[in-house]
Amino acid sequence: MSTVAEGAVGGKRPKAAQRLADSRFAAVLVSPTVLVLVLVIVYPVVAAVIDSTYGVAGLDEETGFVSESEPFVGLGNYTAIFGEAGERFWNAFVNTTFFTVASVSLETVIGVVMALVMNQALRGRGIVRASILVPWAIPTVVSALLWKWIFNTDGVANAVLGTNVLWSAGGLASQVTIIVADVWKTAPFIGLLVLAGLQLIPEEVYEAARMDGAGAWRRFVAITLPLVRPALLVAVLFRMLDALRMFDLPYVLIGPRKESVETLAMLVQDQASNVRYGAAAAYAVILFLYVFAVAFAFVGLLGASVVDDEDAQPGPGLLERWRRRGRPRGSVAP
Amino acid sequence: MTTTRRQLVAAVAVTALGLTAAGCGGDAEPGSAGSTGALSGKGPITLALPTTDVKARTPVVDAWNADHPDEKVTIIDIGAAADQQRQLLIQNAQTKSDEYTVVLLDVVWTAEFAANHWVKELDPSRYPVGELLKPAVETATYRDKLYAVPVNSEGGMFYYRTDLLKAAGIAEPPTTWAEMAADCKLIQATAAGKGVGCYVGQFDKYEGLTVNFSEAIDSAGGEIVGSDGKPNVDTPEALAGLTALVDGFTSGMIPAEALTYQEENGRQAFQDGKLIFERQWAYMNPLANATDGSSKVAGKFATTTIPGIGDHPGATTLGGHNLAISAFAKNTQTASDFIAYLANRDAQLSTMESAGIAPATAAVYDDDALIAKYPYLPTLKLANESAVPRPIAVNYGDVTAAIQNEAYAAISKKKSPEQALGDLQTELASIIG
Repeated sequence: MSTVAEGAVGGKRPKAAQRLADSRFAAVLVSPTVLVLVLVIVYPVVAAVIDSTYGVAGLDEETGFVSESEPFVGLGNYTAIFGEAGERFWNAFVNTTFFTVASVSLETVIGVVMALVMNQALRGRGIVRASILVPWAIPTVVSALLWKWIFNTDGVANAVLGTNVLWSAGGLASQVTIIVADVWKTAPFIGLLVLAGLQLIPEEVYEAARMDGAGAWRRFVAITLPLVRPALLVAVLFRMLDALRMFDLPYVLIGPRKESVETLAMLVQDQASNVRYGAAAAYAVILFLYVFAVAFAFVGLLGASVVDDEDAQPGPGLLERWRRRGRPRGSVAP
Repeated sequence: MTTTRRQLVAAVAVTALGLTAAGCGGDAEPGSAGSTGALSGKGPITLALPTTDVKARTPVVDAWNADHPDEKVTIIDIGAAADQQRQLLIQNAQTKSDEYTVVLLDVVWTAEFAANHWVKELDPSRYPVGELLKPAVETATYRDKLYAVPVNSEGGMFYYRTDLLKAAGIAEPPTTWAEMAADCKLIQATAAGKGVGCYVGQFDKYEGLTVNFSEAIDSAGGEIVGSDGKPNVDTPEALAGLTALVDGFTSGMIPAEALTYQEENGRQAFQDGKLIFERQWAYMNPLANATDGSSKVAGKFATTTIPGIGDHPGATTLGGHNLAISAFAKNTQTASDFIAYLANRDAQLSTMESAGIAPATAAVYDDDALIAKYPYLPTLKLANESAVPRPIAVNYGDVTAAIQNEAYAAISKKKSPEQALGDLQTELASIIG
């Protein structure tokens, strides 16, 4: 690069000017990508925020027609969640959080178990791996319909359990169906990502641990988990962000407007379908901020390295730094 | 921050601001163009239909297409669930798209679509309005102006198992809920009726619940919205109606799983012989009479009017569909002619004969040849004439959500009927005013 510039100008350019020229060239090369990102990410978010400052177009009692434009209400849609509309919002908030925590915990445990199984050198390992992935490959709406039939009052679930539970009528039963269907579908996803991490662990480390007398559980906790942590954390982070935005599963499995399973995304859709775009945009912005905050906290606390860094190991998050407090750097925990 | 980074950030910010400013003017504005005004243009058009209507109305559409090769009608399927259809139609209107020309609206959507300028006002002289059932035409009117033309109008019917009633020695079907409960006890004591469920309607949390709830209220002499347009649901009569419904669940007259039933669940249960009585729309008639093995009750049932509660005669809720012209469509002249064609007596008659869709033409119900072929026609006529429409509101979505919330809470025992009706009155007052 610098040779070309030198030759073109016909003399040696000062270093600062050269760096500036390089920077400008880099900016030009990157600008199409930046433009696309702005269009696809920044513009919708900003448009949603602006939409959320408008209220519902009023009905003119005399003519009987709805007004042509929506009134500006500023932060009215946001403060309303602390009022009477708030009950439904907070219910959705609690449901969303509950589903996320319950589903992701179960998925992680089951996913790690699946990965450990898939990592064994079994016969037919390829088939086992492919078939474990099948639930993940099925579109969510289709799997929701499948589980809807299973959890029908006359369906397989009641037949196998010998009960007569009304699964889709609301309450804890409906929440259980959502969690079961979600875990069934996405545990393979975590399993797959963790499997990739497992395959990077060299066999010698396990051999050495076995020679040192470490049992299976100790090997798992002291070797497998720490070494698979980057992959596991990435998988859990992705699943958490997905679960927070859950919409299609409860909507198809149970139905809209059922109090015990309504999530924030369903609330947004319900408002939008009633032409209350201001409130829908406000809830969507709040959901966006919630997801953002959760991701931020997760990365900060646990030090998940979602960004490719020079050293592939994740840096110590807040949690790790707290654990290491008072001990000099480089010392290993007892 | 280096110079480059600062420049990049500045560039991004400026682009974002610019795009936002450009997008600022595009708020959701209902279009005013073409809501009233002359029809113009002849040419190909589209017809947006729910899935159940697609097969039923294809023969008539094909007949039109054969006669009008330059004004072909293409059918577009907009889904099976009413909620989904409404969303698609609203999206189409919000984007001012001309994709749907003629749309089939549920009877409760007229006010919303008219007030938002999503459908055109129609000139009654162009359509055979005089031949159509009066309650049906009223559902297609908003503020005394015609916005749609009815092509399907029906009330709920009361289906009963003639064989089971005969086995228990009961001569006539029940005319009140009390009689129905007594009849069920007798029938369930016989060998044939042992273990058979008594009565089922549509009780899942969806529009069907609004229909069944309003039928219970109206059959007890109450009302949801008064003649002055104001909600009046917190009355002793309405309480009697809702209590009868709740008691039905408590006493087991209505089986517990009916709480999750929509139309198809109930139809399946009745066709499998698991029910004595059912409240259902007319479409179940030909299906339950099918002799291909899908129905165990073919020829063993009949229909009558909905039973009443207390001293009041039964009242059914008016259902049906009307055809309207999208406000953003092209070739509206053809659209208008096509609607007149579909609303014609012959077209409505043929749709009934081929698919069992209850017509909105009054004369069809008096045709002797048809009555011989479809014995349920007189019941349907009575149902149509006495049917009570659901509340008319521009934001009907909110009204039905409120009704569903309170009704579902009452029948799933989360609220007492008194409290449910009180809360419903408050909510409706704030929605309808």
